[in-house]
Order: sequence, then C-alpha cells, then structure tokens
Amino acid sequence: MNFRSIFGTVGQFLLLLAIQILFLKNLALFGLAFCFIYLLALLLLPVSIRSIPLMIIAFMMGISVDVFYETIGMHAAAATFLAFLRNFWLKIISPSGGYDEGDIPSIRSQSTSWFVTYAFPLLFAFCLVLFSLDFWGTGNWLNVLNKSFFSSIFTLILAIIVQLLFFPRRRVI
Amino acid sequence: MLRILQFLYNLRAFILFVFLEAIAVWLIVSNNSPQGAAFFNSSSKLIGIVLETQSNVSEFFDLDDANIILQEENAQLMERLNFTSAQADSSYIELDSAFEATFEFKGARVISNSLRFAQNHVTLNKGAKDGLKPGMGIFNQQGVVGRLKMVSENFSVGISLLNTDLLVSSKIKSSDVFGSVKWMGEDAKKAKLLYVPRHVTAQAGDSVITSGFNAVFPEGIPIGVIREVSPSSDNPNYLDIDLELTTDFSKVGYVYLVENTQIQELDSLYSESELPNEF
Repeated sequence: MNFRSIFGTVGQFLLLLAIQILFLKNLALFGLAFCFIYLLALLLLPVSIRSIPLMIIAFMMGISVDVFYETIGMHAAAATFLAFLRNFWLKIISPSGGYDEGDIPSIRSQSTSWFVTYAFPLLFAFCLVLFSLDFWGTGNWLNVLNKSFFSSIFTLILAIIVQLLFFPRRRVI
Repeated sequence: MLRILQFLYNLRAFILFVFLEAIAVWLIVSNNSPQGAAFFNSSSKLIGIVLETQSNVSEFFDLDDANIILQEENAQLMERLNFTSAQADSSYIELDSAFEATFEFKGARVISNSLRFAQNHVTLNKGAKDGLKPGMGIFNQQGVVGRLKMVSENFSVGISLLNTDLLVSSKIKSSDVFGSVKWMGEDAKKAKLLYVPRHVTAQAGDSVITSGFNAVFPEGIPIGVIREVSPSSDNPNYLDIDLELTTDFSKVGYVYLVENTQIQELDSLYSESELPNEF
C-alpha cells in the first residue's frame, strides 16, 4: 500500500462519510432499510491489507460516524466486527486463480456476482451487530432481523451503483 | 514460555478484535447512563457546526409550516393573555410567594433528530451559554419531545421521547389517574402508558398529559391520545394502554425548554427521604 493509495482511501472515506451524514442519516426506506454507504470504503481496501491495521481503520471509521449518529460505540463495534470477518471471508471465497498483488475487491477488478457474494454477508453481519446493540434489552429480535436484512440489501444495491457510476474501468494491459 | 508468547502472537488479530469491541461496548454503556459522562457526542463544537449548517439548509424548506404553527400558537397565547391580564381595579392583593413561578421557559432549534432507532436523540443549537442545563424538559406546541442530557458551550443533546430509556410521568386527563409513558421502540407515533391499575376505566380517545410529579415538566403538557385499552398480558394487575403520540417527531423544528427552578430543593428532599425520582 503506497502513499497514493492511502491518500485515495482517506479521501474516499471522507467523501462517503459526508454523503452518509448529510443525505443518508435520516433516510430509511419504509422505516426499515437504512443505508450505510460509508462501509464501501472499508470493503474496498486492498485484499493484501493485514487484519490488524484493517480493524483499527474500521474502528476509527465507526467512531467518526458514531459521533454524528449520536450512537457512540455502536457503529465502531459493528464495523470492527465486519473488519474481523472480512479477511477470513476473502480467503474462503478467493477466485480459483487467487488474488493479484494489490488487488481491490471491487466490481471492476472482479465481477458483480462475486462482489455480491463478498459484500452481502459482511454487510448483513454488520447490520446484525448494529441493530442488536441498538435494540438491546427490548427483546424485539424479529425487528432486528427484519431491519438487518433490508438494510444490508439497500446498502449493497447503493454500493454497486456507486461503483458502476464513479469507478473507472480497469485498463486492460 | 516462548510457546505461550508465540501462541498469543498468533492470536494477535483476535485479541485486538476483542479489545476494540470491549472499548466500543464500554463507550456504549458509559454513554447510555442517562446522566453519565460522555466524551464525544454531537454537543462538541465541530460536529455541532456541521449539523447546524445541514439543518440551516433543510430548515429553509420547512419555514412555511413553522410560521403557520407559530402564528396559531401566538393566537392562542393572545387569547389566554386576554383572560389573565389584570383588570383595572382599586383593590390590590399581594400574591403569596408560594405562587411564585417555578418554571422557566426557553426556546431552541433542533439541528439533528433521529426517529428510526431504539435510542433516539435530539441535538439543539443552544448550550450552556444560553442558560441550558442537563435535566431540562423539551417540548413543543404539539407535546413532549424529550429531556436534556448533555450540555456543552454552544450545543446540547437531549434524549428523545422516542428512546426506550426515557419514562415520562403522566396522567389521564379525564380521570387524573397517573402512570408512566414509555416508547416501546417500534413506531414513532405509538407509545404505551404503563402502571395504570386494572380498576381504572380508561377509554380510547382520552388524552394523556404530563402529571407534574416528576418536576421536569409542568402539569398539562400533552403527550398522547389513548388508542386502545386491554388487560395486560404479562401482569394481570395493570392495563395495557396504547397511545398515539401527539408530537410529530418527523417535523420537530423549534422546541421549548422548561426548567424547574425549585428542582434542587425537590431533589434533596427526595434523596433525604430516600425515594427514587424517576424522570
């Protein structure tokens, strides 16, 4: 990971964070489906990143979203959980040729169907942790499952759209 | 020894994971105790400024509604003023100090508000500089909104009524029977009135107002209207009462804050007599 890609990642995250807070904070489709698009910055970190820096980055991202959401700790816990699972999951679903050095797990470098397999379980795990923490003590588990399922689908759809629209097609050498 | 260290080193990712999660859970817990100290939240300056700018823009589109509501309220107040203004009379009675005003009111604007989670909060654009203090009640012309939790120099954060942690002492207007209103974490329009005994006759359509017992809100601020009354399923001694909240939380823009100037005296009385003072 060179200096330029770090810079790009930070810029990407700040942009997604701004969108998250300014536009998506109070958006909930049918009162059920939330969108946590800032997770895209976490999902698109290079495959080769080690899990310790990954988890620290995730924790920081979570905290910075938390302060705006007034839910201090919840996003941090859930994002760290996502980061913890991410590398295991990447190993499990690695394509037959393995990953290239510096590969980014995005639609452009792999395929849309691969991205869905990659992102959906991680987003679902994130939402599950987040809403469980949020509903802790109210005992309303059906609501937690409901919200998690639809939120992860909504986030996934938006993540795909963002990538198709704004990410340059990888040049074929 | 070396093996143990090696073992721990191999587990380092998992250990860091547990450590970070522990920090996060600690933050959640320390932030959720109603009066607990919190390090970061939206009452800090930078975040407050971002949220305020955002609401400045979105508020602009709601100005029409806000104006109409203010006008209606002005008209009501005018009418009431007409009633209570002193008549010219030769006799003059000095009021007893017991009738002294015990509540002080202030106004503020909501700059951030959520209603989709189980623990919702509101952020206001005024803080300690404007005389706000933790524990003040928040309401608007429609009804109760919440209770102030944290105050910084320029901003403040309150627990919304849409928060499963907040109980508001209240009563049924027609029969004066009191209970506690609690939001159950589902619909932003519905709440429950708890601890109403079974022998009470409550009907759909009765309005529920603050009781004045909790010393946060004065008596008579609307909370909701009873929608359904049924015997409680888990405790046969109480009724299960569903309320429809009068406050439209999706449109809370300008709010009033109320402070009980005698709350310290009341609190010390409660703590001396060892009674819990619920919100």
